[in-house]
Order: sequence, then C-alpha cells, then structure tokens
Amino acid sequence: MKENQKTYWKGIEQLTNDSEFVKKNSSEFPEYLPVSNEEGNSNRRDFLKLMGFGIAAASLAACEAPVRKAIPYLNKPVDVDPSVPNYYASTYVNGGDAVSVVVKTREGRPIKVEGNKYSTIAQGGTNAQVEASVLSLYDKERLTGPTKGGADIDWETLDKEVTAKLGAIAAKGGQIRIVSQSVLSPTTKKAIGEFISKYPTTQHVTYDAVSAYGISEANRMSFGEAMIPSYDFSKAHTIVSVGADFLGTWISPIEFTKQYSKTRKINDHHKEMSRHFQFESNLSLTGSNADYRTPIKPSQAGPLVAAIYNGIAAKAGQAKVSGGASVDHANKAINELWANRGKSLVVSGSNDPAVQVLVNGINTMLGNYGTTINTDAPIYYRQGDDQAMNNLGKEMNAGTVAGVIFFNCNPVYDSAEGSAIAAGLSKAELTVSTSDRMDETASAVEYVAPDHHYLEQWNDAELREGHFSLIQPTISPLFKTRQSPESFLKWAGQDVEYYTYLQNNWKDSYFGRQTDTSNFQTFWDKALFDGVVELGGSSKSVAYNYSAAASAATLVAQNYKAGTGFQLALYDKIGLGNGSQANNPWLQEMSDPVTKATWDNYVTISIKDANDLGITLVEGETQLVNLTVNGTTVKVPALVQPGQAIGTLGLAVGYGRTKAGKVANEVGVDAYPFITRLNGANIMDVMAGVNVTATGEGYKIAQTQTHQTYMGRENVIQESVLSEYKHDSGAGRWHPKIYKEGKYVKPSKITLWSGHEYNNHHWAMTIDMNSCTGCSACTVACQAENNIPVVGKQEVLNRRDMAWIRIDRYYSAANPAGDKKELENAAENPEVTFQPMLCQHCNNAPCETVCPVAATTHSTEGLNQMTYNRCIGTRYCANNCPYKVRRFNWFKYHDNTQFPDNMAMNNDLGKMVLNPDVTVRARGVMEKCSMCVQRIQAGKLAAKREGRRPVDGEISIACASACPSDAITFGDLNDPNSKISKTLQIEEKKDGEGATERVVNEARAYHVLEEINVSPNIWYMTKIRNKDKQTEA
Amino acid sequence: MQVTSSVRKPLITGGKTVHDVTEDICRQVEAKPSKLWLMAFGISVVTLAIGFLAVAATLWEGIGMWGLNKTVGWAWDITNFVWWVGIGHAGTLISAVLLLFRQKWRMAINRASEAMTIFAVICAAMFPVLHMGRPWLGAYWALPLPNTFGSLWVNFNSPLLWDVFAISTYFSVSLVFWYLGLVPDFATIRDRASGMRKKIYGALSLGWDGAAKTWSRYESVSLILAGLATPLVLSVHTIVSFDFATSVIPGWHTTIFPPYFVAGAIFSGFAMVLTLMIVTRQVFKLHDYITIEHIEMMNIVITVTGSIVGIAYITEFFIAWYSGVPAEQYAFFNRMFGPYWWAYWSMMTCNVISPQLFWSKKIRTSISATFIISIIVNIGMWFERFVIIVTSLHRDYLPSSWAMFYPTIYDMGVYLFTFGLFFTLFFLFAKFFPVINMAEVKSIVKSSSEKTA
Repeated sequence: MKENQKTYWKGIEQLTNDSEFVKKNSSEFPEYLPVSNEEGNSNRRDFLKLMGFGIAAASLAACEAPVRKAIPYLNKPVDVDPSVPNYYASTYVNGGDAVSVVVKTREGRPIKVEGNKYSTIAQGGTNAQVEASVLSLYDKERLTGPTKGGADIDWETLDKEVTAKLGAIAAKGGQIRIVSQSVLSPTTKKAIGEFISKYPTTQHVTYDAVSAYGISEANRMSFGEAMIPSYDFSKAHTIVSVGADFLGTWISPIEFTKQYSKTRKINDHHKEMSRHFQFESNLSLTGSNADYRTPIKPSQAGPLVAAIYNGIAAKAGQAKVSGGASVDHANKAINELWANRGKSLVVSGSNDPAVQVLVNGINTMLGNYGTTINTDAPIYYRQGDDQAMNNLGKEMNAGTVAGVIFFNCNPVYDSAEGSAIAAGLSKAELTVSTSDRMDETASAVEYVAPDHHYLEQWNDAELREGHFSLIQPTISPLFKTRQSPESFLKWAGQDVEYYTYLQNNWKDSYFGRQTDTSNFQTFWDKALFDGVVELGGSSKSVAYNYSAAASAATLVAQNYKAGTGFQLALYDKIGLGNGSQANNPWLQEMSDPVTKATWDNYVTISIKDANDLGITLVEGETQLVNLTVNGTTVKVPALVQPGQAIGTLGLAVGYGRTKAGKVANEVGVDAYPFITRLNGANIMDVMAGVNVTATGEGYKIAQTQTHQTYMGRENVIQESVLSEYKHDSGAGRWHPKIYKEGKYVKPSKITLWSGHEYNNHHWAMTIDMNSCTGCSACTVACQAENNIPVVGKQEVLNRRDMAWIRIDRYYSAANPAGDKKELENAAENPEVTFQPMLCQHCNNAPCETVCPVAATTHSTEGLNQMTYNRCIGTRYCANNCPYKVRRFNWFKYHDNTQFPDNMAMNNDLGKMVLNPDVTVRARGVMEKCSMCVQRIQAGKLAAKREGRRPVDGEISIACASACPSDAITFGDLNDPNSKISKTLQIEEKKDGEGATERVVNEARAYHVLEEINVSPNIWYMTKIRNKDKQTEA
Repeated sequence: MQVTSSVRKPLITGGKTVHDVTEDICRQVEAKPSKLWLMAFGISVVTLAIGFLAVAATLWEGIGMWGLNKTVGWAWDITNFVWWVGIGHAGTLISAVLLLFRQKWRMAINRASEAMTIFAVICAAMFPVLHMGRPWLGAYWALPLPNTFGSLWVNFNSPLLWDVFAISTYFSVSLVFWYLGLVPDFATIRDRASGMRKKIYGALSLGWDGAAKTWSRYESVSLILAGLATPLVLSVHTIVSFDFATSVIPGWHTTIFPPYFVAGAIFSGFAMVLTLMIVTRQVFKLHDYITIEHIEMMNIVITVTGSIVGIAYITEFFIAWYSGVPAEQYAFFNRMFGPYWWAYWSMMTCNVISPQLFWSKKIRTSISATFIISIIVNIGMWFERFVIIVTSLHRDYLPSSWAMFYPTIYDMGVYLFTFGLFFTLFFLFAKFFPVINMAEVKSIVKSSSEKTA
C-alpha cells in the first residue's frame, strides 16, 4: 500500500509554525500534566492516583480478551433468529436417488435432514445416505471453484474456452456427449435439451452405477413401454423376491420399507401380516427380514423365476415356458401367490431383461398390475441405458467423441465402462466434469465446472410420473460453484439465472396442470412450502406379450448354467451405496446391518466354504483371500457370512475409491470392474470364471458386533411365529418370576427402590422388532443430531465405536438345544433378528447409583440424563449398564489431527454441521442417548410459549423420525391419548393400598432383561415371523 | 505385663543382647549404602521412570491408550488397584490384630510390613485417580468438599465414594500407626548420630525423651490405634468388594464378596510380606531376628486364608448353579471355559493348589520354596481380580456387546510404574529407616520369665 501523503495539522498553530508550539511540541506531553509539575508541588495523592491508574491500566491491558470472529448482525435477516431453527422443504438428490426432505437450519447453516411427511412416496422416512448427506455439504474435499487442468480458473474464462471449443467441435460436426446418472429434474433436462439444440451433435447418455436397465427393457419387451413401474408392497399379502434387496438398496428402498412395514404391523385387533419369501445369494437386509429365505446361487435365479412362471402358468392355464428349476420353498411360494392373486408381488433384483420378462409374466398372471404394481406412475430413479453407455465406452475408446461433459457422475470409477472411458478421455478435444470434487473422472478431464451441493441449489425432481419434489437452497453456496443446468444454458448461449428459468418452466409446464389456484405465486409458494406437488400420471396399456416369455425362457435356459466353480454376487451396501458419498465418514463408520462391519468391503463367504478354505472369523480376525474374476485378481478380506449360499461369494461396490478424498481413499477394493453384461444389460452377478483362494495373510475387519447369536436368551430376544400369535397374543413372551416367601412373583414386586414420581411428563419409547428392518437410518440420524464423533477404523477395531443407538443383529444358532459353546455358532441359513439398542432410560437405573459424583441422574420426566461437565470418567456407570449402551470419550476426538476422519469436528468447514444445541463432548467423559432431550425441551418451550401442553407427535426424536418403518414410537406415558399409551394399552389400576399402578396390557410389549428390574422406559415388541411352524428353516 | 512360658522357643536367636539389636539395626541406617542396595534402588528408579512414560502418555492422550473398550470399562487399572490394596492388608493385620492378640512373634516383622502396607496403598491409590477420564477434576470432585458449584455434592450411594473414605481412612491410620512406632527408634538413631543426621532424626523423633511416662503414653496410644486399625483391616476390602457386589453384572453381584475379598487380601498381603521379608533378611543378614519360625507362622496363615479363598471360589460356583439364574450360570461357565479360561485356571492353580503345599512341614520351613510360592500366590491373586473384573464384563447380558480385552503396553507401563514406585519407596525405607522395630524387639530378646542379663 502506498504511504498516505496527506498531512493533518494539530491546529492552526502548527500551520503557522508558532514559536510557542514548536517549543512545546518537542516535549512528550505538550500540555500541562499534573505529574510533571516542576514547581515540586506534586503531592502524595497525585502519586497514588497515577500509580493506581498505571496498575489498573497495565492489568487491564494484560487481560485483554482474545479476538473472536463473531460478528453481530447489523441488519438481521428476516428469517434468521439466533438459536431458533428454520425448516425448509427440499429434496435429497444423489444420482438417481431422490427423497423429499425437510432441512433444519440453524443460523443459516443446514444441520439436519429429515423426511418430508407430505411426500406420499417416502412418507417422512429417510435412510442412512439421506441422513448423512448434510455432512457431504461440508466436505473439505469439495472443489472451491472451476479448474482447468487442475489449476483454478474463473468462470468467465471457463465459459469462454468451453463455449469456443464446443463451437469448434459443432462446426466440424464432431460428436458431443453429455454423460450423467439418471436425471430426475425435468427443468435440468430442459436445459440440457437447449444445450442439445444449440449443439445438435450432442447426445445425452444416462447410466446408473447400479443399473435397473433390465427392468425397463423387459417392460418394453413385455408391454411395449420402457419404464419401471411403481410398486406397492403395502397391498401385497404374499411377497416373493428373487434377489431384490427392496428394503435395502433396490430402486426405492425407503418407499418400499414404508409400504412393507405396514404389512408387518400386528396387534390384538389385527393379527394378519404379509408373508415374505426371499431367494438370494448374499444375506441381504431384505433376506434378513424374510419369513422364508432360501439361499440360491446367482445361476439358479433365472431358472427359479422360470419355475415360478411355470407354476403359476399351470394354475392360470397359460402356456408353460421351457426350462425352470425349482428350489426349497418355491412351491409353497407359488401356491400362496396363487391363493393371493391380485394381492401379491413378485420382484427380482436381476438386471437381466429375460428374467424380468418372466417376472412381468408372473405378475400379469397373478393380476398384480393395477393393485401392487402401478404402471400409470412409473418411477424415474433408474433411467440408465446400459446399451448406450456401452456404446459410449466404445466410441470414446475409438476416439470418435470430440467433446464430453460428465454431468455429476464419475463413470471412470462407477461404471462397467470405466477403463474404456478413461482411455478415451485423452482422445477427446473437450472434456468437462461438473463433479464437486477431483474424483476419478474429474481428475482426468481438462475442465471441472463444479456443481452446487443439493442443499445449495434451486431445482426440481420428478420422482415418478406426475410426482414432483422441489429443491430449495438452505445455505448460499459455500464456494464458487455454479449449478450445472445453469452452466449448460450458459454454454448454449443463454445467460439466465437458473432460479428464473426454473420458475418459468414451472409456470409454463406445470402451473396449468393444476386447478387449486389461478395465481402462480400462490401455487409456487405452496409448492415450496410443501416440497411436493402431485399432478398425476398417465394410464398405460399392460397387455402382456406372452411370446416374449417364451423367448426369454430360452435365453434363461441358455445363460444360467450351474458351473462347478464359485459364483460372485455383487451388491451395494445400504450405507455406502454406489460409493458416490464414499467420503462421508458417517456412512463409512455406519455398521452394516447384517455383517456389522465398518470401513471396509469384503468377500462374504458361506460357513461351509470358509471351513473348506480354512477361513475363520473370530473377533474380526480373518484373512485376505485372492479373489479372481475373469482373470483379474484382487486381494480382499473374507467375512464368513451365515446365510450365504454355498458356492457363492458377495462383494460390495462403492469401495476402493482412489480420488474421493482422504476419508474414502484406499478403503476396500473396487468391485465395479467385475460387472458383466448379459442380454445387453449390466449384470451384478458373475456366474463363471470366479475363484477364491486363501492367502493365509491375517486381516482385521472392524465390526461393531462380533458375537453372532443371542445364546438362546429369552430375556433379550422374545419371538414367535404368526400361527402361534394368532391364538395367543403373548406368544413368545417370557415372564421371569422370582421366588419370594412361598410364591413366585414378578421381579417388579421385589424392589429396594422407592420409585420416581413423574408429575409432568413421562417420556418413553416402544420399538417394534417386527417392523424394524435393521436399516440403520436411525443410527446416522442420531449421529447427525447429537454430534457423535467418528472414531475411525482402528478405534472401531478397538471396540470403541461411539454410536448412541446401535442395531443388534442376532442369528439363530445352529444348534439351539446345544450346550453353551455350541450356542455361539450361527446356523448355516439363520433366522435374523434386529434389535435397536439404546439407553433404556431405566427408572431404577444401575448407572445412576454408582456414579461417585452424581454426573448421571434421573430427570423428573423419566429420562436418565448425563451431565458431561460433572463427569470425571470413572466408567463405573458403563460397567454397570446391563445394556452396554454407554460410550466413553477415550480420546479427544474434536480438534485432534489424530482423528482426521472425524470430519465434523476437525476443521472449520466440517464443524458447521454440528448441532449447536448439543455439547461436543470432551475427552474423558461418558456419553449416551439423551432421548434427544434438546428436542424435548424445544418442544416443551414452543408449547409453553403458546400456553398449552405439548401435543402428541409434536415432539419427535431423531431416531424415531428417521425410521422408515415406523418401528420406533416415542411419546408421553402421562398422556393417555398419546400414540405410545395406546400402543402399550396403558391402564391405570388402583392397587390394594389405593396407589395407582400403570399396567401395560399389550401382550407383545416386554422389557429387555426384565428379571433384573431396572425398569426401563423402553419397551420392545416381540418379533413375529409369518411361519407356519416355529422350527421351520 | 505379659506372661510368656519359658518352655517357648526364643523369638530372637543367636544370643543377641539388647545392644546387639541396636547395632544390627542401626548399622543399615548409619553405614554407607551397599552396592547391592544401590543396584536395587537404581533398578527401581529406572522402572519408575519407564513406567512414568506410560503414565504421562495416559494423562496426555487419554484413557484410550489402554486396551479398554465399550464393553470392558475396567481391566488392568482396577485389577491393579484391588491387588495393591489387598497387599496392603498384611501390615496392619500383623501390627494391629496380632498386637491385640499378643502375638509377640510379630515384633520382628511388623515395621517392614507396615511400611509395605503404606507403600502398597499409595500404589493402589494411583489407579482410582489415573483411571479417571478427567483426573485433574476427579481427584478433588470425588471428595465431599464444600464448593461454589451450587448444590453439587458427591453421590453417597456410590461404592466408589465409599472407597474414597475407606482407603483414605485406612491409609491415614496406618501411616500414623507406623510413624508412631518409628519414633523411639528414630530417637535411638538420633542419640547415636551427629551433625546433620542428628538434626534430621532429631526432628523425626519428635523430641522423644525415653521417660517412663513417655513410654507409657506410647504404649497406650499404640493399643488405641491398634484397636482403631483392626476393624479397618476388615472394612477396607469389604468396601472395595462392594464396588462389585452392589452392581448388577453377573459375576460381580455376589454377597459372598466381602469375606472372600478380605481373606484374599490377607492371603496376598502375607505372601507379599514374605517375598519382601525373605529378601530383606538375606540382604541385611537379619537371620536372627526374622527366623524360620516367623516364616512358618506366616505360611500357616497363607494356607488358612488360601483355603478360605478356595472355598469361596467353589461356593460362588455352587451358588451360580443353585440360583437358577442363567446369566449368572453363564458368567461362571464362561470363566472356566470361555476365552479367558487360562486366566481362571491360572488363578485356581496359584491360589488354591499352591498354598496347600504348606501342609508339608518341609516346604513351609524352606526359604526358597516359601519365596517361590509367595510370588505364585501374588500372581494368582492378580489373576483373581482380573478374572472377576474382565471375564464378568466381557460377556455380560447382551451377546451383541460381548468383546475381548487386550492390554496395551500402556496398561503394562502403568502397572510397572507402581512397581517402580513401590520398590523405590521400599528401598528408601530400608536404607534410611530402621527396618525392624528395635524398641519392641528389645523387649523379647529374653523371654519374660528369664532374668535380663
């Protein structure tokens, strides 16, 4: 900076250079100071005054407060009140996945994503990926602006160069491709359309990392309409799934879970539930919930579908098709499907169009179209065209594509054509990616024009025909990113703000389709407020082409041959999904519901095959195996998986990222290259050319649970079958009795505790183990809500994961009547039970009595509360917790470079996700589920301000509101009309001495470990399987 | 005066005179440190320093340096705590209880065993502080101190708080008792010394004048303190056992714990006294004061308490079966046959089988056999606490939470630290304090019925 040349005079004297002034100016204090009194009449008082001032001044200067970067609002934004959250309806979009959500913001920062209850699709449910997506917004690995060849440039330069190159290519007639995953936004598609009309050689190629092209192709063959219909599991009495993990990852799992859970809700008045048959290779989340599960090899899936087709055809009087090989429970399934015609559903996870054609035939013969399958509102989550993508790979490799724009996708990593595309990139003149980070594709292209995160943008999404969900920004863009459709428009020569473009499109295309209002602004405001707009679908013909079935059956018979070697079934995990959010540590550390593993992918192998190879899994200790697939060998750990079909292996995609960011890089191996092709579609099953050999090298898989069975402990898991439940609501219940003075009494009758009085509220929870699918959305929701640290793989291995709510997964034992040692071994094809476990908020809490400093105490509302400030960390409470739900801060997890994976607490950007209502816990203190006490307090305060009692349902806690299967009910037991009181059928009874006693009449409700009489405030509902007999496999 | 039969064997052999006693004991204090002592002391200080690194790492980084996890919240820390507290039982038992029972043979060994008690309790007290997540606060928040935090007060329901009282009371009474006994001996050293040494021992002897009145007061106070200390011997480990007994964890929730723990404590305490005594006797050549008779007596106590402990183990098993409580039954099944079976069987072998060897007179009067068995007993008693704490915690109610505990070098380092501390203190004591109570021993140089020469 240049020196300031101006001179300011102290007064007119200086200007005139008055001699008096010159004289005085040379001394330090030009004016009279009492202290430097030359006459010597400075007295003791002056001295003391000055001394006093000096000391005070010096000490004040010494204790100067550090400068904090808190800037008060000069003009307060209208909607932002400190400490008051705002909620905005929006839509989670990640590739082809989209869920209507409500975003909670605090002081302008989105901190939590919840389901939007107005959505008729997800109905307020979420999953782990949706819950975790808010952390991806604050990922430090995101690009902060456009780049060229890895160096930062500005948008003007990028636009100029890209437009120039596009123009040059178009002028030559060179081919341009836009590559994306399924695009759900109609307005974005319109923008792409404008781009294409500007550069007519452009083609838009859509793919899905995990493809469902086979289904849409099969529908084209069966009905002449390439689409994926919407399904309604809630209307199905019999559900048959051949390899479709519809509760976990298949197409629209949240929606399906909502529907499915409705068929699993039972009570005294409604003792009916759906029966679910699952035929699959890997033990999926869906298979874990099935009533009858048959492990099959991938090569058996096609013939099985053909066999079911023939079974149904025989009953329906249709022509049989060739081939078909049945498996266990298939005949039972066929009979029940037929008995429940029109109220059944057959789905297949296969991406082979031939198999899906047969599935369509089965559903047609069963009359399921129009009831459980709705072709009038096809779903748009998977629009990928495997054929087109395959062509793109070939074209790029051949160098015939001159310009390619990768729109929010990463095909170098997550497509089967990855290597072809990577090789072709150098042959193109223009390569652009809109990725938010320097991922595998973006780092190989010339220009990166990063897109906004979904929480930063305006957009729309059409989830299924006529069902729209709007996206509105909840924070202004953190970086110099730009929304991709706006980029497309810009490159097409249109300089328009995307918000205006979006609004105009809605005005033109959709406003006219509704009749509620004639004012566009009213319509638009309501659409944004609700987040969802339903305009209805269009009816389509579903005349099944039976000749397609015959040719499909021939293809199946040709392609599905049981070889002798291993077969590999690739899958995507419910946590990490296709790997696009791999750099999200919440997802990496989420314990897989079935394997309970974190931070890894692994080959799942059956117990028998593991024994043959000499592989064991003890306390996470296993060994690396060499997995060879069609000549490619990778070294990957093996996980012994009960329920895995013998002769098959499972391996998750989404891992083995190399350029996703520090969290995800080098975690696991990349399974995408193993995707094979069949009948023009990408197939996740590898039916030949697979081999696995043990290497003998040890490896540790970080599991949060290492013990497989519940050891036959009825005090933990109480379960029965529907046939028993029908004539006894208390089927499967176990009632501990303790001998006292000549008779057996309930444990609650023998107590030293005087009990608590809850005059105001009495918070409690029920968990229905029958509807809980184990999906683990609650665990991530809890993590986001309660600032739970991520500890990293090593600390999970040290068994120090911090989850406040966990899903305990138990397999049935191989030998239930065996001795204590044998009980530890899981069955070859086990029954699976999920039990969410969290602080039970015991009324007679064992933790509360043992704390020497009273850091954990009981609230007047039934909560067991933890005072972090007071905790000295003796861990006595955790030892004395029979449920082992208390978590200790072994290290300082925040602001500690030793825990870089704890993204939300270790850099300024990540910290923006923290919930300001919840303390970040210090090293050395104990923590545990608080029943979201901050939400309870907020709800009570809101009610108090309005001078009323909180209404039931008004206060919801993170796990309960995330739950897509409504398994968790939270509420006030003191409110006789609350949902929880009704669920538990609470009755106030007077005992002999006139005191009232609260009796739970719901026969299914039980306390885990009732016999120790800690009297939890959490009830579990018995697990009821829809089996004919207790002992069936 | 006490009456001792003249047919009893003399407690001090070698025809020592009263002057010999003064000479023999004071020699250690007054002479230059021997090479052996320097070596032993050096090793202790090095051990202390190495162990301190582990302590520093724990304090700096957190409890995560240890092998604990979400399921096993206590392991080596509380094992070591209970083990050291147990060891600290013998001293007071010997000096207080045996004083009340007028067991004169105790006189030669009570000083060293009391010192051992105090040092063991110091070592033990390290763990409740170090094992805290926030020891810088816990060290004083665990005390019922008046404070400005509002109505914050300690939780009197918590057995950990009872521990604080039990251990601190025991420690202070033991310390006073021990120091009181030292006063006449300090005076003896003071009277023989000159210069700086005279000043220091003079101060330590609190102006002891050896007057008859002083002796009379000394004996009265000793008796009163012995009376006070005796219930403490029983209460300390009873209260320590409450940490477990009052919990809900199978394997901990057991009413047999108080007597079982006290017997175990005396058992291990005597073993530790023997270990140290045999070394001191050898190094300082105190064969005439600490005789085979002493060793045999102590071995008998070990056999008795060891048998009590053995019966307690068996009773626990019987009750687990008899109770019909599945969780309890599994906990004990798991001790014997679970992943920590080796710890359980080590405990059984060391604690139940090894002391039974003392039924043979040959073995219980053999110095080397006693030395080996005394160490085996202490190993066994360490395993006993490990078995109780870790095998109960690692597989309790919910199988989903079952986990293993693997110690890290920091667990071991902190244990090593307390060994270093213990031996450093003990060797300092052995060098600078009279290891045998001269004043009392002088009273038994000749049996009471004999005429003093």
